[in-house]
Amino acid sequence: MSSITNGTGSPKRRLCVVGNGMVGHHFVKEAIARGLGRTFAITVIAEENDLAYDRVNLSKWFDGKKREELSLVEPGEYERMGVEVLRGDPVVALERDARRVRTASGRVVGYDKLVLATGSSPFVPEIPGRHLEGCFVYRTLENLAAIREAAQRSTTGAVIGGGLLGLEAANALRALGLETHVVEMAPRLMPLQVDDVGAALLRERIEELGVTVHLGTTTREVLADESSRVRALRFADGRELTVGLVVFSAGIRPRDELARRAGLDVGERGGIVIDGSCHTSDPDVFAIGECAAFEGRTYGLVAPGYRMAETAADALGGGTQSIDGFDMSTKLKLLGVDVGSFGDAFARAPGAKVMSLCDSGAGVYKKLVLSADKKRLLGGMLVGDASDYASLVGYLRAGSPVPDPPEQLLFANLGVGNATGLGVDMLPEAAAVCSCHNVDKRTICSAIRERRLTQVGEVKSCTKAGTGCGSCVTLLAELLKSELKRAGVIVPNHLCEHFAHSRQELFHLVRVHGIRSFDQLIAQYGHGEGCEICQPAVASILASNWNEHVLDTNHVGQQDTNDRFLANIQRDGTYSVVPRLAAGEVTPDQLIALGRIAKKYALYTKITGGQRVDMFGARREQLPAIWRELGAAGFESGHAYGKALRTVKSCVGSTWCRYGVQDSVGFAIRVENRYKGLRSPHKLKGAVSGCARECAEAQSKDFGIIATDKGYNLYVCGNGGMKPQHAVLLASDLDESTLIRYLDRFLMFYVRTADRLQRTASWLNGLEGGIEYLERVIVRDELGIGAELEAAMERVVGSYQCEWKAALADPQKLQAFRAFVNSETDDPSIVFVKERAQHRPAFWPEKRSLLDERRVRLPVLTR
Amino acid sequence: MTMEGETSVMVHAASRCDPRTTWEDVCSLDEILPGTGVAALVGGEQIALVKTRRGALYAISNFDPFSKAFVIARGIVGDRDGVPKIASPIYKQNFNLKTGECFDDPTVRLRVYSVRAVAGRIEVQGSSGGWKW
Ligand code: SRM
Ligand SMILES: Cc1cc2nc3c(=O)[nH]c(=O)nc-3n(C[C@H](O)[C@H](O)[C@H](O)COP(=O)(O)OP(=O)(O)OC[C@H]3O[C@@H](n4cnc5c(N)ncnc54)[C@H](O)[C@@H]3O)c2cc1C
Ligand code: SF4
Ligand code: FES
Repeated sequence: MSSITNGTGSPKRRLCVVGNGMVGHHFVKEAIARGLGRTFAITVIAEENDLAYDRVNLSKWFDGKKREELSLVEPGEYERMGVEVLRGDPVVALERDARRVRTASGRVVGYDKLVLATGSSPFVPEIPGRHLEGCFVYRTLENLAAIREAAQRSTTGAVIGGGLLGLEAANALRALGLETHVVEMAPRLMPLQVDDVGAALLRERIEELGVTVHLGTTTREVLADESSRVRALRFADGRELTVGLVVFSAGIRPRDELARRAGLDVGERGGIVIDGSCHTSDPDVFAIGECAAFEGRTYGLVAPGYRMAETAADALGGGTQSIDGFDMSTKLKLLGVDVGSFGDAFARAPGAKVMSLCDSGAGVYKKLVLSADKKRLLGGMLVGDASDYASLVGYLRAGSPVPDPPEQLLFANLGVGNATGLGVDMLPEAAAVCSCHNVDKRTICSAIRERRLTQVGEVKSCTKAGTGCGSCVTLLAELLKSELKRAGVIVPNHLCEHFAHSRQELFHLVRVHGIRSFDQLIAQYGHGEGCEICQPAVASILASNWNEHVLDTNHVGQQDTNDRFLANIQRDGTYSVVPRLAAGEVTPDQLIALGRIAKKYALYTKITGGQRVDMFGARREQLPAIWRELGAAGFESGHAYGKALRTVKSCVGSTWCRYGVQDSVGFAIRVENRYKGLRSPHKLKGAVSGCARECAEAQSKDFGIIATDKGYNLYVCGNGGMKPQHAVLLASDLDESTLIRYLDRFLMFYVRTADRLQRTASWLNGLEGGIEYLERVIVRDELGIGAELEAAMERVVGSYQCEWKAALADPQKLQAFRAFVNSETDDPSIVFVKERAQHRPAFWPEKRSLLDERRVRLPVLTR
Repeated sequence: MTMEGETSVMVHAASRCDPRTTWEDVCSLDEILPGTGVAALVGGEQIALVKTRRGALYAISNFDPFSKAFVIARGIVGDRDGVPKIASPIYKQNFNLKTGECFDDPTVRLRVYSVRAVAGRIEVQGSSGGWKW
């Protein structure tokens, strides 16, 4: 017996977990959460070198998500939990009599209780050539790495199997730049989840993406070239398809071999037989996840595995929880197409009635299976638009009557007829809103009520809902809103009297509906003519999305004062001009040019707090001429006038400074040039310091970058100004390109979700879950939106233009800079007085007498 | 609560306008983008000529009494409860385009002028005198 004790003196029992996949890891966490760490010494034995990672989002690895980001285990988490882990060393024998397992390296681990969580392996049909170089499966990070490498040597790839995983693999091949084929034996795609109509639609959408689909096609052999590499597939009808790479995705098989050899009961179709409490035929051995068979079948989805993990942990703690079946509903995005399938999707129940809607133009198919009396929902499938999935599954699970007539369910969200949409209020109480964590509507709503939650983040941290795949987050937000409304809490998120929407909502509407102008938005979603609150806010949203020139005819009227003239208005109506000096780096020639131009136009000059030069006192009618000269000298707009990226300050860094560890100036220039022109809810400032002495004051910026000897630390959401706040560390020791990726995500996420005129610091303060939440979204990409945020940023970066340069090229835009529409005279009301070696706008008494001298009349103020 | 119609031919008589003055041609109708204003010199006075998003025309003093700068024409044009208004670009006070009244300070009111569109041109009725300290 081991000598470990549990603090009360009595020795701990030994709990051994074989397999550290998604379910094995969930089990350990559940066990620790139930206090089993006090009664058991826990050992985890893992075959893979990587600790548990998010297999469901495995494909994101191809999108650039790193191993660490996919990991489900936080650094040091197992150590903190006191759990011992052996990795890269699979169990090869289970010796039940001696209560021990033996690993490949020869280690022997004893147990009092054993949990098998060995998952499953891809099924590879026994055809000749299946082991050739160039044949792969799609299950682990190692598999993906091998596929990526081989893809560099191939131009064409085929996936054998047109099911859910096959299509996912096909998407990966496509993204790797291969000409992609999907070969499916059945006459349609996804035979387990969708019917003919749905599959046809799916096929159409997939082929539009350039993937070739071969249905009803059986592969007989993989043919080799002279160096024994994959050359082609040969099908049952004799045809050959030339390919350089093959991925087998023809289903999965439970990994029950250990259990089988140890004499545990296994199911007819494989899988370790378990009862409702997850016990196998040996009372000291549990099996959970894809390796387990409950009621004669195995479950290839993560949610049933999580339920098993919870049940086994409960049983070990003496609980009596039991499973009585699993919901196999699925909702996925396959090659960008939403697919949902739930309940009796194929209408197998006697007397079941089917209602369906197929809009091949829009690429949407919805099918609902109803009970014979049409009162209850039995199942359904959704292709192309699965936004009703959660509500529909809600009806299914709760078994509550559907609205009458049930056709409403079909038309909801399509904006046809007078259907109102499946509002959350219609959702039954027992509806499982979050299927990852099995949280129903009742639990969520009572948490909102009892704990007075007001933010989605709070709901997430209190109920765990929304912290898995993230697909239920919008539904959570709707539930929250409706609960708050019911409680009479006014959620003052309306932008102004013209829009009954928050900035976030407007952002979403603009993005999703491709709205390109204020006029269009107010006509569709607002009323009246707008005001100084909504117009600039919408102008900024439009710019963040589409990046059209702010002085374009359909945008100019909504711009805030400063954007309107691409300069900063001063108290006397003149403007200041701030060219960009990325990172504050400036050449002697540039300084001379600035000096020459300032002198020519008699501008007051000053070094700003943002490491650049400001030139004040330009009349609006002078701005184009000044900018023409600045442009000729190589300067671009500094966006000092915009709610946009301002400056990325730098310290001198390793190029000169004896302490510098990185080239902070070089990196600051790169960052500033990347985000210049990005319009945001409020201004954005960054800084890069070359070492920990932090001379660039990066920790007071919206994003601050501090060099380390291994790379850079990224701090976010700092603020100087009225209420200073230090930036907080988001990620450490990053290389430049990873840091840029995180910044892309961070900035876009802020741009999309912040309120109008909310700096990043107060945005973070209002973000439930705070920096940890932000870290999960940005670094770990738990919402799975990283790639999309990066792509959105890429569009903004790619469409950058110097606003001044573009304006100067367009005579129509310059019209607005004339002082008067009907006269070429300069504005006579602008008067300066000398101050120190320069000048300033006259104050009112001075102005009055100066204008009097010039015989400029001022109006009588009437009352 | 009424909104201006779609037509741009609209006359807004201002209470304090001297009926003896004549209409002065200022600019063509399409020199003002809908939802914006321009500054004009009419009889030595700075006037902000404003065209709303729906095409209604207004003329109001260009002088912002709060900042003492001539900037009103550069403000954002919109409405409050259907009343057309313009916001000063400096400190953002709002003015009723029909009456010149300041929404934020009832003691302040800007002068408004009569304006009309004739054959694609905009004409304003300036005042004679009345400008003094
Ligand atoms: C020019 C400059 C002062 C100077 O002479 O150094 C300046 C000038 C103005 N600042 Fe600033 N700020 C300037 C650096 C700063 C800094 C220092 C910095 O960036 O390192 C800060 C503190 C850092 C920060 O933002 O967190 C700063 C915090 C503010 C704030 C308070 C923001 C806050 O979150 O609390 C405002 C007010 C606002 O934005 O609502 C403001 C607003 C303004 C405005 C726009 C006020 C206005 O509406 O007129 C001024 C525009 C003047 C003009 O026409 O250029 N300025 N302002 C600096 C321009 C930097 C540049 O090169 O672009
Ligand atoms: C590409 C892809 C996409 C998917 N998408 C979805 C989805 O959208 N939704 C969904 O619900 N599910 C999805 N799944 C399925 C989901 O990933 C699985 O249901 C889930 O990972 C099962 O967890 P598990 O722990 O049972 O098995 P696994 O995660 O496979 O973990 C088993 C672990 O045990 C290890 N192991 C096996 N034998 C031994 C041994 N003898 N000794 C030590 N260790 C051993 C294995 O190496 C493995 O690490 C997807 C799977 C893939 C591959
Ligand atoms: S601190 Fe105040 S006065 Fe000085 S530049 Fe900033 S806003 Fe203007
Ligand atoms: S459904 Fe996946 S997080 Fe809620």
